[in-house]
Formats: sequence, structure tokens, C-alpha cells
Amino acid sequence: MNWVNAVVQGILLGGLYALFATGLSILFGVVRVVNLAHGDFAVLAAYLALVVVTTTHLHPLLTLLIVVPLFGVLGYFGQRLVIQKSLDVSPVTTLLVSFGLSVVIQNALLVAFSADSHSFDVGHLISASVQVTPQLSIAVVSVMIFLSAVLLLIGLQLFLSGTALGRQIRASADDQEAARIAGVDTHHVFGIAAAIAFASVAIAGVALGIYSSFDPSAGPPRLIYAFEAVIIGGVGSLWGTLVGGIVLGVAQTLGSQIDPSSGVLAGHLVFLALLALRPQGLVRARLAA
Amino acid sequence: MLEVRNLTVHHGFLPAVSDLSLTVEAGQTLAIIGANGAGKSTLLRTIAGLHRPTSGTITLDGKAITGLSAHARVREGVVLVPEGRRLFPSLTLEENLRVGSTAGRAGTWSVDRVIAQFPWMADRRREPTVHLSGGEQQAVAIGRALMANPRVLLLDELSLGLAPTMLRRIYGVFPQLVADGIAVLLVEQDVGQALHVADRFQCLLEGRTTLEGKPGEATPQKIEAAYFGLGPSGTGSAA
Repeated sequence: MNWVNAVVQGILLGGLYALFATGLSILFGVVRVVNLAHGDFAVLAAYLALVVVTTTHLHPLLTLLIVVPLFGVLGYFGQRLVIQKSLDVSPVTTLLVSFGLSVVIQNALLVAFSADSHSFDVGHLISASVQVTPQLSIAVVSVMIFLSAVLLLIGLQLFLSGTALGRQIRASADDQEAARIAGVDTHHVFGIAAAIAFASVAIAGVALGIYSSFDPSAGPPRLIYAFEAVIIGGVGSLWGTLVGGIVLGVAQTLGSQIDPSSGVLAGHLVFLALLALRPQGLVRARLAA
Repeated sequence: MLEVRNLTVHHGFLPAVSDLSLTVEAGQTLAIIGANGAGKSTLLRTIAGLHRPTSGTITLDGKAITGLSAHARVREGVVLVPEGRRLFPSLTLEENLRVGSTAGRAGTWSVDRVIAQFPWMADRRREPTVHLSGGEQQAVAIGRALMANPRVLLLDELSLGLAPTMLRRIYGVFPQLVADGIAVLLVEQDVGQALHVADRFQCLLEGRTTLEGKPGEATPQKIEAAYFGLGPSGTGSAA
């Protein structure tokens, strides 16, 4: 590993973190919910994909066609039937409910699948790479994950700025009461936002299983990285999640370059430094410019 | 058209509106006047579905809408222009207008018709509304409400903080509303302005009607007495 390689790998790793951060950012930016079970839902999606792979022998990438819509539906009804009810009580209740869900999901997965770690067998794809220079080789899987994050963000941007429903989501995020008197069914709109957040977390979960491995306790660290990416990039900013993810990824790979055991620590330190120096985030907060 | 009967609304334990009744017909304007804290805004917000009444009914053409949520009332044609405008800061002017048509009611109001009403909007439709002046923002708030093709328009404190010239331009939209047969319920602290455009008025004190009639019928003294709860016409006051 040289320095250029570390930076390139860090940028690509940032794509994975952006996938995790997008759902968190949307749920917080629109519905004002801090979902502490976010990482666990990603791991749940990965296990669901694992079950689909073992029962149907589908290629792991094709499980996205099942897991993503399923999580979208889960997000919509989870929002309308559970999250909204706790929101109506108080935001603190929502925090406690999501924390409870986090514990429940981890333990349910532990009971159902044991503590063994799993990863997806994507065949030759996992070892496929492009040798750019003698010292720099880029894994195809990393590029695919990075591009999927970019495509997801482009798609979301187009949806939020170019459709009536996207406009209603932004209006509801701005001022829920004003949206209601303009005729927007904000509960439905929040359901749609949660559906998008959960669909994106399902993509993140499957990407995690392809990129590295997962076990029932893999959720909370992912939540921390997602939080850090969101805050580095700027809360409520869509492209900020990618910027934040990249900053975090590069900090981690550069940290590992200096000392192989300090990568994660370097990421946290950069996060803390940016939180102190630029608490509003690197990108101006705004859902879809 | 819009009928409110024996409406009582509480804020916590305190009644903000007490046993209040009113009717507005198509193409008519009813002004609700009264001092700060008389319950005017609470009344409008309750009709719009933002507060739950303790008792009483709200009907539109005889159909009860008391149990409907705010967005469902917009679908029925009851639309509020809230105090403080409440535009969406991250949306452009035109996007703000378009959110107003979410309920999908049929009618003649469109972005083009709103712009025809307020021609200055044409050059600024892609601007965020935070750059606009208070009066311009008020015009956008009215435009957003008209985009829903309302049957009943609830206007809360249009004149608050506006320059007189801007006020004239805002109130210039009234003849259109009358021509469209929209029933207007207007809440104003500017009594002169309210009585100028209204067909009828109701004066509120502590959530109750203390005086009602046509603007020409009541003397300023009578209105003043009802407004502040002085003398024999102040039926709502303990004195």
C-alpha cells in the first residue's frame, strides 16, 4: 500500500459509508427521527439476502430485487404504524423505541443465525480488480459499491427536485404544519421518506456483505460511521453524505497506512476535529438543491 | 356554505374560543375582528383542522368536516393562509405555489393565473422565497392557497407588518375571490382594513362574539366598546 492507493481505497470505502448514511440522513432530515437501529436494519437486510441466497441460490446482487422493495414496504408501514405513533408522544420516545429495536434485532439475529460471521459469495467478482499502476489496483466490487452510492444520490436528487411527491417531501421537511394546510398528507409523505431510507439501508446491508462480512453485532459500528458521515457532510444535505463518507473513508485508510491498527481511530479523530471546527458540516444543508 | 356552530376550543384548560357560531356564504367576506388573544387565530386554525375543538361542529354545505384532518379539509376546499405566511424556505417561489395544488381539486387557479394576479412573480419564480420581502411572501402564501382552488379561504392577519402600498396590492385580489364565489373568512387586527373589504363582521372578545353586523351599521363607538369589552354592548365581559 502506498499513499495514493490509500487515498483511492478510502474514497471508494466512502461510497459504502455514504450508502449507510443516506437513509439515516433522510430519516433525520425529513421525519426528524434519529434511528438508532439504522445499522441493525442494514445487517437484518444482509441476513435476509443471505436467506434468499441459500434457499434460491440466486446471485447475491440479484437479492437486491427482493430485499430492497421488501425494506421499502417495511419502512413505509414501520413509519406509519410504529415511528409516527412514538413521534406523536415525543421525540425522546422515538429515540428509545429505535434503541429498543436495535437490541431486539441484534438478539433475534443471534438466536436465529448464531454469532458466526457471514459474507456473500460473489464468485470471481470478489477478486476482480483493475491494475492502474504497479502499486495501485482497484477492486471492481469497491467501484461498484461507490457507483451505486452515486447513482442512489443522483436518483434521490432527481426525485426530490423534479417530482410532485419529492416537492411534498421537501415541503414537509421544512414545515410540517404548513405542508398540511397546503393539502399534503404528511403522514403518507413521511412513510414514503421512510420507505426510501429503508430501501437504501437494504442496499447498504447487501453491499456490506459483499465488501466484507457481517454478524449480528455488526450494526452499531455501521451506525457510528453513518452518523459521522452525516455530520461531517452536513445534516440534511444529500451530497454531504457522500462527501462525509469519503472524508471518513480516506481518514480511515490513511490512518491504517500510518499504523495498521489505528484506521478506525483516525476516522473518529477526523470526525471530532471537524465537529469542533465546522459543526454545520462541509456541505450546505439542503435536501436537493 | 361554511357554518360553524357552538364551537368551543381549549388551549390546555383555558377556553380560547367559547360557544362561537358563524356562517359565511359563497362570494361573501366575513371579517373577524378583536384584540390580541380574543381567539381569532385559534378559530381559523380550528376550522383549518390544526386544532381539535372541545365541542361544536364545522360544516361545509351541510356536510360535517369537524373530524377531518387538515389535508383532507383542503381536499374539501377549506384552505388557510396562516399567520406569518409559513412558506417553505428550501423551495423556490414556483415550487411553493405548486405544493398548494397537492390536493388536486379541479378549478381555474394555476401558476399562470397566480402570476397574472401578481405580475412581479414572473421574473422571480425560480428564486427561493427567503429573498422576498414580507409583502411579496404574503402574496406567495395567498397564491399557494389559491392553487388549491378553495371554496372557503381563511385569511389570518394578512396585513401584519406590511407597508400600505403592499397591503393595497394584496387586497387587490379580493374582487377575484368574490367573482370566483369563494367564501372568505378574514381575521384582522387592522379593523379599518377588515371592515373596508367585509360584507359582515363579527367582533370577538375572550372567545365570544360581542358584536356582529354589517360594517355600515355599527358606529365606531359601538365597535370600540365591543372590541375592548366596555359598556353595555360588551356582553362577553363580566362587567
